Amino acid sequence: MRRALALCALAAALLAGAAAAAPSPSDLEAELVCPVCGTTLDQSDAPVAQRMKRYIRERLAAGATEAQIKAELVDQFGPGVLAEPPKSGFDLLAWLVPFAVLVAGAVGVGVVAWAWSRRRGEADTGPPAELDPELERRVDAELRRFES
Amino acid sequence: MTGRVQRVGQAIALAGVATLLGLLVWKVAFDNEEGAADKLAKGELVYAPAFSLDRLDRDGTLSLASLRGKPLVVNFWASWCGPCKDEAPVLQQTYERYRNQGLVVLGVDVKDFREDARRFMRRYGITYPVVYDGKGSTIGRWGIQGYPETFFVDRSGKLVGERIAGAVDIERNREAFERGIALALGDQS
Repeated sequence: MRRALALCALAAALLAGAAAAAPSPSDLEAELVCPVCGTTLDQSDAPVAQRMKRYIRERLAAGATEAQIKAELVDQFGPGVLAEPPKSGFDLLAWLVPFAVLVAGAVGVGVVAWAWSRRRGEADTGPPAELDPELERRVDAELRRFES
Repeated sequence: MTGRVQRVGQAIALAGVATLLGLLVWKVAFDNEEGAADKLAKGELVYAPAFSLDRLDRDGTLSLASLRGKPLVVNFWASWCGPCKDEAPVLQQTYERYRNQGLVVLGVDVKDFREDARRFMRRYGITYPVVYDGKGSTIGRWGIQGYPETFFVDRSGKLVGERIAGAVDIERNREAFERGIALALGDQS
């Protein structure tokens, strides 16, 4: 009996996991672009967008995966229907370049900060500037007057 | 050392600014290519932009170059487009009426599902050649702004008449449609 319960619990957990992993139409609609108006499907009421939404629902009902549906739509309309560029080939640059710029910027800021702190350090360790004799005489006179 | 770092930093910054400026100039100068429709509207001599696309009415591909020497009515459409349904019978009748004079009606199905397009063709009894441009590769060079749009091409490959935006053969463009066909056929009258 315990074994049967454990099996039922395991099956329920697996089913729940599978249900959670299955894409919803709205997920896909946010990741695909209307080829006529250029906005994501969830933001578009253009006739072609409505047709694509219907296609997504039909394919999901038929058991197609997210990747399959995307591939089928790319085959029909080209890679422009993907809201995010693919992470392969030339399009990979769209993902890598922002990070490369970020890293380059961080390195640049680091180098400038290092050079700046070094210059300040050099300035601090230098010999003190000599006081103008006239100014020194006037300061001494003022101090004497203040103390008296 | 710090002076050198500063100079390198300045050089990098200048190079970045120069690159961005170059991209801006390139974008303004070269990325605003006019479509054939715009040139036609200005009265410029313009040849029909070439394409080679898969056929929907049968297997294989069809290139515009293979139709050189024939007068053409080139119609850009999609199955999801309402006015395309209105004009489909007119285009089919035009094809049947002028076919013996060599006129070819050529459909270009744009941004559509192949199966939807084939269903559309069966429903409206379309027998003229239709090619499939799901990615919309022809749009920019032809200057397509909406669906449907129709162009007329004479035997030398030049665009003639005027571009018809919207369904053909309704009150507002019947005359332009008939004149376009006449010009494509080489009838100057």
